[in-house]
Amino acid sequence: MSATTEPLLAARDLVKAHGRTDALRGASAELHAGEVLAVTGPSGSGKSTLLHCMAGILRPDGGSVHYEGLRLDTCTEDRLSALRRTDFGVVFQFGQLIPELTLTDNVALPLMLAGTSRREARARAGEWLGRFGVGDRADARPGELSGGQAQRGALARALVTGPRVVFADEPTGALDSLAGEQVMTELVSAARASGAAVLLVTHDARVAAYADREIRLADGRAAVTEGAV
Amino acid sequence: MSTRHILLGLLSSGPSHGYDLKRRHDERFPQARPLAYGQVYTTLQRLVRDALAEVEGTDSDGGPERTVYRATEDGERELARWAGETAPPAPFVANEIFAKVVVAILSGGDPAAYLLRQRDAHMARMRELTKVKTTPGADLATVLSADYALSHLDADLRWMTTTADRLSTLTAEVTAR
Ligand SMILES: Nc1ncnc2c1ncn2[C@@H]1O[C@H](COP(=O)(O)OP(=O)(O)O)[C@@H](O)[C@H]1O
Ligand SMILES: [Mg+2]
Repeated sequence: MSATTEPLLAARDLVKAHGRTDALRGASAELHAGEVLAVTGPSGSGKSTLLHCMAGILRPDGGSVHYEGLRLDTCTEDRLSALRRTDFGVVFQFGQLIPELTLTDNVALPLMLAGTSRREARARAGEWLGRFGVGDRADARPGELSGGQAQRGALARALVTGPRVVFADEPTGALDSLAGEQVMTELVSAARASGAAVLLVTHDARVAAYADREIRLADGRAAVTEGAV
Repeated sequence: MSTRHILLGLLSSGPSHGYDLKRRHDERFPQARPLAYGQVYTTLQRLVRDALAEVEGTDSDGGPERTVYRATEDGERELARWAGETAPPAPFVANEIFAKVVVAILSGGDPAAYLLRQRDAHMARMRELTKVKTTPGADLATVLSADYALSHLDADLRWMTTTADRLSTLTAEVTAR
């Protein structure tokens, strides 16, 4: 994690409009291997749009996104979806678990999509659920879980494939403060243990304090970068 | 913070000497400033003077002789009174940050730039405290005292954000007088 090494993921001068709203107007951010980077800023400042562009979920109108040697903003949709399956994990505020599936099957799904057998995928899903303290809820469906349990399931789902980057957009936004602290502790310690980098979008300073450093967005631009690189 | 009540509280779980009290204090309140020995001894002498504690004897345990103190019945009563009494919620906290903002406005400085730097300093401290409390094996006392500091720093940050958004109005108000 030094300023001299190449970033793992780099967004430069991103421009993105949603209809007539300019969400990003020249935003740049660099994520280094293994670091936890917080993206903060007031509501509407473009944090989620930046995360979506860096995760290859949205294509920017201008600027570039490099993941190692690859240009994400111009590469094919097939290449992007393969990358999202193997190298990226996502945790959002809510909604990423499929309501019809049990927690185990939700967590096993990304592995199965990447070609792992159902039996093996379910076994590994079970290990991750155990690690996040929800092993006893493995057969429950998302609707039967508390917010904190569902979010732990989402963490397991994001990490089960061994991603190099975890994208987390307000991962504690729907939780009370104690559950939020626990989810953050687990997210950061699991990412550190596996060497994954985390791009953490949050408007909450207490959540941002889990990161190694912070960039702050204002009106679609990165205003300040600080913290140890 | 009342050092005498905290030492009395530590004594109420059993007789102890000054060195031991200092050690237990620093362990029990990990985020507080460590007690100086001098402060422990003067506080103990005042507790004895006020009959809230008394000398039980000496203990050498192979090393230098140490005076062992214990809480008196008056001490226990005083402790119960203090522990049950509410702390006054500060109506107006002495706010150095606000004072600096106003002085920056009065002297034609740059309060917005100051607030950004202050915010960075607060965030740096919050990252340190978060590391302390998430270190594997951190005990609950450490976590809770770090949480206390984090909540206060977070409150400062929220206040600074609102203030930064209203600087032009504040500048007009301050310079109109
Ligand atoms: N799908 C969308 N359609 C229209 N406007 C959008 C859409 N998504 C975001 N925006 C607008 O773009 C701006 C940036 O949004 P967003 O990136 O979600 O900010 P943040 O995550 O910081 O709150 C806001 O003004 C928001 O209203
Ligand atoms: Mg958002």
